[in-house]
Amino acid sequence: MQQIIDRRLAGKNKSIGNRERFLRRHKEQIRDAVKRAVEGRGIRDIAQGEDIHIPRRTISEPVFGHGQGGRREMVHPGNKDFVRGDRIERPQGGGSDGSGSGQASDSGEGDDDFVFHLTKEEFMQVFFEDLALPNLIRTTLADTPEFKTHRAGFSSDGTPNNLHVVRSMRGAIGRRIALGSESRRELARLEEHLLRLRGESDTPARRHEIEALERDIEALRARIARIPYLDPIDLRYRSRVRTPVPTAKAVMFCLMDVSGSMDEARKDLAKRFFILLYLFLTRHYEKIDIVFIRHHTQAQEVDEHDFFHATETGGTVVSSALVLMEEVIRARYPRGEWNIYGAQASDGDNWHDDSPRCRELLQNNILPLCRYFAYIQVVEQEQNLWYEYAALAQESETFAMRKASEIDQIYPVFRDLFRKEGVAA
Amino acid sequence: MSSTFNRRHVGQAASPEEYGGRRRAAPLRVPPPLALSERPSQPLPGPSDWTFDLIERYHAVIRGTAARFGLDTYPNQLEIITAEQMMDAYASVGMPVNYRHWSYGKEFISTEKNYRRGQMGLAYEIVINSNPCISYLMEENTMAMQALVIAHAAYGHNSFFKGNYLFRMWTDASSIIDYLVYAKNYVAACEERHGVDAVELLLDSCHALMNYGVDRYRRPSKLSLTQELDRAKDREAYAQQQVNEIWRTLPPRLDKDTAEKDEALRFPVEPQENLLYFIEKNAPLLEPWQREIVRIVRKVAQYFYPQRQTQVMNEGWATFWHHHLLNTLYDDGHLEDGIMIECLKSHTNVVFQPPVGHPAYSGMNPYALGFAMYTDIKRICEAPTDEDRYWFPDMAGRDWLETLDHAMRNFKDESFIGQYLSPRVMRNFRLFSIVDDEKDPTLEVSAIHDEAGYRTLREAMSRQYDLGSREPNIQVWSVNLRGDRSLMLRHTQDNNRPLHNNAHEVLKHVTRLWGFPVHMESVDGGGDVARRWTVDPAGA
Repeated sequence: MQQIIDRRLAGKNKSIGNRERFLRRHKEQIRDAVKRAVEGRGIRDIAQGEDIHIPRRTISEPVFGHGQGGRREMVHPGNKDFVRGDRIERPQGGGSDGSGSGQASDSGEGDDDFVFHLTKEEFMQVFFEDLALPNLIRTTLADTPEFKTHRAGFSSDGTPNNLHVVRSMRGAIGRRIALGSESRRELARLEEHLLRLRGESDTPARRHEIEALERDIEALRARIARIPYLDPIDLRYRSRVRTPVPTAKAVMFCLMDVSGSMDEARKDLAKRFFILLYLFLTRHYEKIDIVFIRHHTQAQEVDEHDFFHATETGGTVVSSALVLMEEVIRARYPRGEWNIYGAQASDGDNWHDDSPRCRELLQNNILPLCRYFAYIQVVEQEQNLWYEYAALAQESETFAMRKASEIDQIYPVFRDLFRKEGVAA
Repeated sequence: MSSTFNRRHVGQAASPEEYGGRRRAAPLRVPPPLALSERPSQPLPGPSDWTFDLIERYHAVIRGTAARFGLDTYPNQLEIITAEQMMDAYASVGMPVNYRHWSYGKEFISTEKNYRRGQMGLAYEIVINSNPCISYLMEENTMAMQALVIAHAAYGHNSFFKGNYLFRMWTDASSIIDYLVYAKNYVAACEERHGVDAVELLLDSCHALMNYGVDRYRRPSKLSLTQELDRAKDREAYAQQQVNEIWRTLPPRLDKDTAEKDEALRFPVEPQENLLYFIEKNAPLLEPWQREIVRIVRKVAQYFYPQRQTQVMNEGWATFWHHHLLNTLYDDGHLEDGIMIECLKSHTNVVFQPPVGHPAYSGMNPYALGFAMYTDIKRICEAPTDEDRYWFPDMAGRDWLETLDHAMRNFKDESFIGQYLSPRVMRNFRLFSIVDDEKDPTLEVSAIHDEAGYRTLREAMSRQYDLGSREPNIQVWSVNLRGDRSLMLRHTQDNNRPLHNNAHEVLKHVTRLWGFPVHMESVDGGGDVARRWTVDPAGA
C-alpha cells in the first residue's frame, strides 16, 4: 500500500495554540514592550506589529548539562598543521560549552535577546486589552434601521424568483398520492371483480353487471386523471426574513483648539489621543468616518493635514466648535444610523463667558446624540472650562474628562477612560 | 493500531521470518545491474515542477530499485505539505500531533523568523518513525528534490527505523501516533480541569528532566490506545497506593539496632537513573493526573531516545541510500541528466563538512560522517587495501550489502564509530583530537590522523557520541523516609567535569515535582563530594 496524500489544505497554523501559550507566558514583557512602542513610535505607524525582545534567560528551559572544567577530549575535522603533542592557547570566552548540548546560537543575533514579531492583530489585542467602549449596550435595535436578510426555512407564498422547485414537486407528489389513494384502491378492487366476472359463463345478468362495472371503472379513472399534477397549494418559496442588525458605522469628531496657546507639543499630545481613540474604534466598527473640526474664535471643518499642521493664532471660543459639530451631525450623520463619538482636546483656555455656554451646548444638544464624548486637557492648569466640564461630568455618564500634560500620560489616561468595569488600569 | 502484532507485550514467540528471531528471510546479495531488456526506453521526464503523477512514477522506480537491494521498510505514506506546515511540524518535535506547550510555540516563532529572513532553509523532509512510515514532502521542492527526499526518507530512514536494534527495542512504530493523540487529548483535558497554568508548570518541570526519563536497559511495556485508556484508571489508583510507603506514620520499632534499621529503610534500595519514572511512582504529593502527565513526557522521551543515539548512523544510512539509489536509477537510464545533477548538488551540500575554524563550523556534520563511513565500508568490501585487510580482516572482500546491513542493524553511534571508523575516513576528514584539562594552562593535541593516532582518535570520537558521557550522570540516591522526606540526587562526575550553572534551576523543577526538599551532591573521581545543592519547596 503506497500512497501520496495532499495535506496542503489540511489546516496550517497547527502551532497557533502553542504560540498563544508562548505569548501568554510572556505577557508581562509583551505588555511592557507594547507600552514602550506606543510611547516611542510615530503616530502613523502605531497600528503595526512590533518586535518584542525577551531576555533569553527568562525563556530558557534549563536541563542538566556539563559546565566548564574537568577533562574533556574533543575530536574536530580539518586539521591543518597540528601534530600530536602540540599545545594550543585556551581560547578565551568559554569556547564550546559542553559536548553538543543544545544548538549553538541559532540566529545571527548571538545570545542576547529572544526577538520575535508580534503581528498587528496581536499588538492591538495587547494594546487594547481590558478596554471596552462605554455604552455599547445602547446600540439597541430600536434605533438601528439597517437590515440584513437571511433564509428562514420555507413559506407557502412568495415571489416566483424564490420558488423552491424541489420542495414544490415533493409536495405535489405527496398530494397526488394522498388524493388518489382511495380511488385507486377502489379501482383495483373493481378491476379484479371485473376480471373474475369475465372469466365466468356469459349470461345477460352478468353482461349487465359487467357494463355497470366498466362504467364505474371509467368514472374512477376520470376522477384520478382529474387530480392536478401541480396545484398552487404545492408551491413552496424560500423564505427570507429581514432582521435588524446593529449599525456598524461610527463617526468620530475630533475637536481641537488651534488658538495661539496650543503649541506643537500640545497638539502632538492631542493627536496621540485622537489616534488612540481612532484605533480603538476600528476594533469595534467596520466603517468609521472622522470629522476634524478645529477652532479658535471660529470653527471650521478641515482635513487631517490642516487639522494637525496649519497654524492659526487668536483667541478662543470653544462653543463655536460644538455648534459646528452639532450642525454636521444634523446634516450628515443621523443618529439612527451612526454611532457618534466626540473627542475634544484643548489647553483649557477659553473666552470667559463662553464656558457655561459650552456646557449647555454639550448637555442639551450634543450628549444626547453621542455614544461617548471625551474631553482631554493638555495642560495641568485648571480654568473655567475645566470647572464647567467637571460639573457636567458629575451628571453625565457619557461624558468623561482627563488631563494629560506629558506624552507618556496619554496611554494611561486613555486606558483609564475606557477601562472595563472592575478592571484595574 | 495493531497491538496484536506486538508479541513482546502479548508474549507470542518470535517468528523466524522476523529479525527478532535473529534470522533473516533471505541472505542479501548485491543485485546484478539491470539487463538491457529491462531498461526503460527513455528516462522519466524531468521538469522542475512536480506533479502527483510524476511523483507516483518516480516513487515506483525508486521502490523497485530499493526492493532489488532488499531494503526492508514499513509501508510508505508520502504527504505533500506547505512550508508553513513544515514549520508546524518542526515546532512540535517533528510529530504530526503533540500536546500543547509554550516551548513549541517558542520553537515555531524562532523557526519562522529565521525562515522569513532567509537565514535558514527548511529541512527538505521530515520522516516519522511510525507504521506506515510518514514522510513529508514540501510543496516548494523541485521534482529532483522530491525524488531525493523519497529515496532519503521513505527508503533510507524508513529501513533504518525498521531495522536498527535500538528502534526495535525502544519504539513501537505502530502505536506512536495513537499514543500522541491520547497524550494531546489528555493534556488538553487536564488544562480544562486544572487550569493552563498548573499544567504548564508541570510540563516545564517534566521537560527539564526529559533526558532523565528514559529506561536504558528494560523495554517499557507498550499498550495500544484502548488498553492505555483502560489501564489509566487502575494505574492512578495503584500509583497512589505506592506513595504510602513515604507517608507511613506508624512508629518504628525501637528494639532494633539503629544501623541495621537504617539499612533496611534505605529507599530506593538501589540508585535509580530514571528520574521521571521514580518521580511518577514515588513523588508523595502528585495528583493522579500529574502522574499521568509525567508518564506521558517520559514515554515521549523514551520514543526519541534511539534517535538521539543514532544520529550519525541514521542520517548516514539515509544519505548513503539516496546517493546509491539515485545513482543506480541513473545508471539504469531512469533519470535525466538535469535531475541527476540537481540531486548531486543537493547531496554535496548535505555532506559538506566545514573544517574547524570555518564560520559555519559547529561540530561534526552527522550526514557527512555517516555517509563517509558507510561509503567506506562498501569500499573496504569491494576494493580493500592492505591497510583495510589489517584493520578490518573480516570485512575485506565480503559482500558489501550484507556487511552494511549488519552494521545498520546492530549498532548505535558510539559502537558504530568504535567499530567502523576507518583510517581512511579519519584521514579524509583530517581528524584530530584536543584534550582540554582544567589543570593544564593550555590545550593539548592528543592525536591526529596518523598511524599512532588512529586508535586514540577512534576511541575519542566514539566517546563523543556516547550519551552516557555527553549527559551528566545523575541518579536518585535516596529518600529520607524518617525525616523530612527529602530526595537526594547524586551526580557522579565524568572526568571531573562539573555541572552547568543552571543545575540549580533544574533542581527547582525537581523540587516542584517532588514536593519536599531536594538535595544533590556532585561526586568527583576521588569519591569526594565536590559540591552540594539544596532546594526547598518554598524557594522553588
